Amino acid sequence: MNIVVVGLSHKTATVKIREKVAFSPNNIEKPLGELITLDGIIEGVIISTCNRVEIYATTRDIAGGIARIKRFMAEYHHLIFEELEPHLYSYHAEDAIRHVFRVASSLDSMVVGEPQILGQIKTSYGYAAEFKSSGIILNRFLHKAFSVAKRVRTETRIATSAVSVAFAAVELAKKVLGDLSDKTVMLIGAGEMCELAAKHFVNSGAKGVMVTNRTFERAQRLSQEFGGVAVPFESFLEHLHLADIVLSSTGAPHCIIGPKDVEEVVKRRRFKPIFFIDIAVPRDIDPKVDGVESAYLFTVDDLQEIVQANLAQRSLEAEKAEEIINQEIGQFHKWLSTLEVTPTIVSLRNRFDEIRRAELEKTISGWKDLPPDAEKRLETLTLAMMNKLLHSPTTLLKQTGQGGRVDLYVDALRQLFGLEAPRRDDEELELEE
Amino acid sequence: MTLIHLFFILTVVLYGCATAAYLACLVRTSPPLTRWAGRILSVGFTTHLLSTIHLAVNMKYLPLTNMQESLSFFSLAVVGSFILFERRYKVTTLGSFVVPVALIMLTASSSLHAEARQLPPILQSNWFWFHALLAFASYACFTIAAGVAVMYLIQRYFLKTKHFGALFQRLPSLETMDDISYRCLTVGWPLLTIAIISGSIWSDQAMGSYWIWDRKQTWSLIIWVIYAALLHGRITIGWRGKRAAILSIIGFIVVLFTFFSMKHSITW
Repeated sequence: MNIVVVGLSHKTATVKIREKVAFSPNNIEKPLGELITLDGIIEGVIISTCNRVEIYATTRDIAGGIARIKRFMAEYHHLIFEELEPHLYSYHAEDAIRHVFRVASSLDSMVVGEPQILGQIKTSYGYAAEFKSSGIILNRFLHKAFSVAKRVRTETRIATSAVSVAFAAVELAKKVLGDLSDKTVMLIGAGEMCELAAKHFVNSGAKGVMVTNRTFERAQRLSQEFGGVAVPFESFLEHLHLADIVLSSTGAPHCIIGPKDVEEVVKRRRFKPIFFIDIAVPRDIDPKVDGVESAYLFTVDDLQEIVQANLAQRSLEAEKAEEIINQEIGQFHKWLSTLEVTPTIVSLRNRFDEIRRAELEKTISGWKDLPPDAEKRLETLTLAMMNKLLHSPTTLLKQTGQGGRVDLYVDALRQLFGLEAPRRDDEELELEE
Repeated sequence: MTLIHLFFILTVVLYGCATAAYLACLVRTSPPLTRWAGRILSVGFTTHLLSTIHLAVNMKYLPLTNMQESLSFFSLAVVGSFILFERRYKVTTLGSFVVPVALIMLTASSSLHAEARQLPPILQSNWFWFHALLAFASYACFTIAAGVAVMYLIQRYFLKTKHFGALFQRLPSLETMDDISYRCLTVGWPLLTIAIISGSIWSDQAMGSYWIWDRKQTWSLIIWVIYAALLHGRITIGWRGKRAAILSIIGFIVVLFTFFSMKHSITW
């Protein structure tokens, strides 16, 4: 039995294509049902997030299975196969296992280490389990993927550092101001980045928000959004001492806050630290402000630097994560390959026995004066022959089952002797034993 | 080797291990390492405390009467107060700055020789013990304050020069360090005040005068004034941050100076 993965992600397809092949969770039963009725596909799970659409399936026929799933993805969404095909990737065997472990551990994400992907896979798997499109192998496979992701999360620091500018601003403010829960943020001007940073600060517990803008209505609207107060632009300097965190992004052609202003403010604050972030180009805040005691000024470039450093740190941690995944692949692959040993031995035996009985029947029924004990003797003879013939392949298969590429033998035996693939229920029985 | 020596060596070894662990915490983030550093230090503190008690019981006085004993006691007080501050503020990196100091003090103490001798009658006063205990407690607070001040200056340097390296990540926030420093002052300064008062009462008993302007008393007064100024400046005009950090380092240097010179002052 083989696990195959077919899909596309932010790495191979633009959002325009991704949104066309996305599967809606409201209607997931239909594609799941169609997926497992495809020829040769035994189990299937569909993962569909805004950054990736992937199908995990088990099949006995790797090449055929992958081809049919690719075609299914195009046909289900009424897309032209030739146009979709270049964006699709496919994996099988160890590569498929590695891919899914990496995706679940957020190593393949657009922002490496982001935590959402694991939840999204769990939800998608939930649908597959609910509609019974996943069976014994994919169940075990995805649970393994979840536990690998958890291991990666706890054993590496892949998800601990700030990798967005807005979040880096919050982290930096914490290094100066400590706990943010009693701190006040002042927003000067309105820029998208500024608002985003303000949101992050409020999420991190900042208590008050003041907003000032050349257009007072705009300040009022924004302050309502944050549950804060609007301050007239003309007099914002008089309110500056109330702010612990100042985010500035106006379109002013020259600096609106100078070192003299800040010296005043710092004195009024009795040297309690004040934290400035200047997002505007050209600058809103004179760089000399950083020289004022208890004032700390940072620009977007500084924040960017933190983000870069954290990204570098992440890629170091990612190496550790790959190491963990490599260990886990080996274990899972071993389980997967030994899964079919016993059923194969059983069906091989059954096949031989079938032939033996048929031939025995034929011989006896055409035999006129059969000696009284001949039937019994023939039975013993053929049975012994069969057992002798089967002894060495059975032993070999069982031994290989302890490790090694047992799937090759299993496949060869099935093809050489035309053995039937066991049904899913058989496998379930197998596991219970 | 006597039991007391054994305990002493064990303590030095444990403090050495704790120092190594705390210094390692500066270079790598590892929760188990942090936990072990704390555990080793606690065990070291326990053996140190036990050996001090043992010594006190044996000699029937607190081991504070000569340089060797005092250094060991100083180090005990520093480790004890660090453990308390660490509990309260959860700042592991403080250990990287303070525990080595305690280790150096204890090692220096062990290198000194103590002769068995009679306790001079001048020290046989409860006021003296009371005075000495409080003085060491306040010194320990000032040691922590100086450690935090050094950390503060380093972190401030990183923030002003925009160096966001690994050490920057591990050092606590400026506000936290400022808090710790303020707490050290508000505990240490009153302790020092009472220590000086009780010291002068003892001086009156022993020498017949509350204040004799000897070196020890003069320098104690200077220390008291430095920290009083720091505390006052902070409460009234908000001296904090860099200025407060530098002043607490200066204060600590004076403390050390006083400590090492007092040996010569009184009759020991």
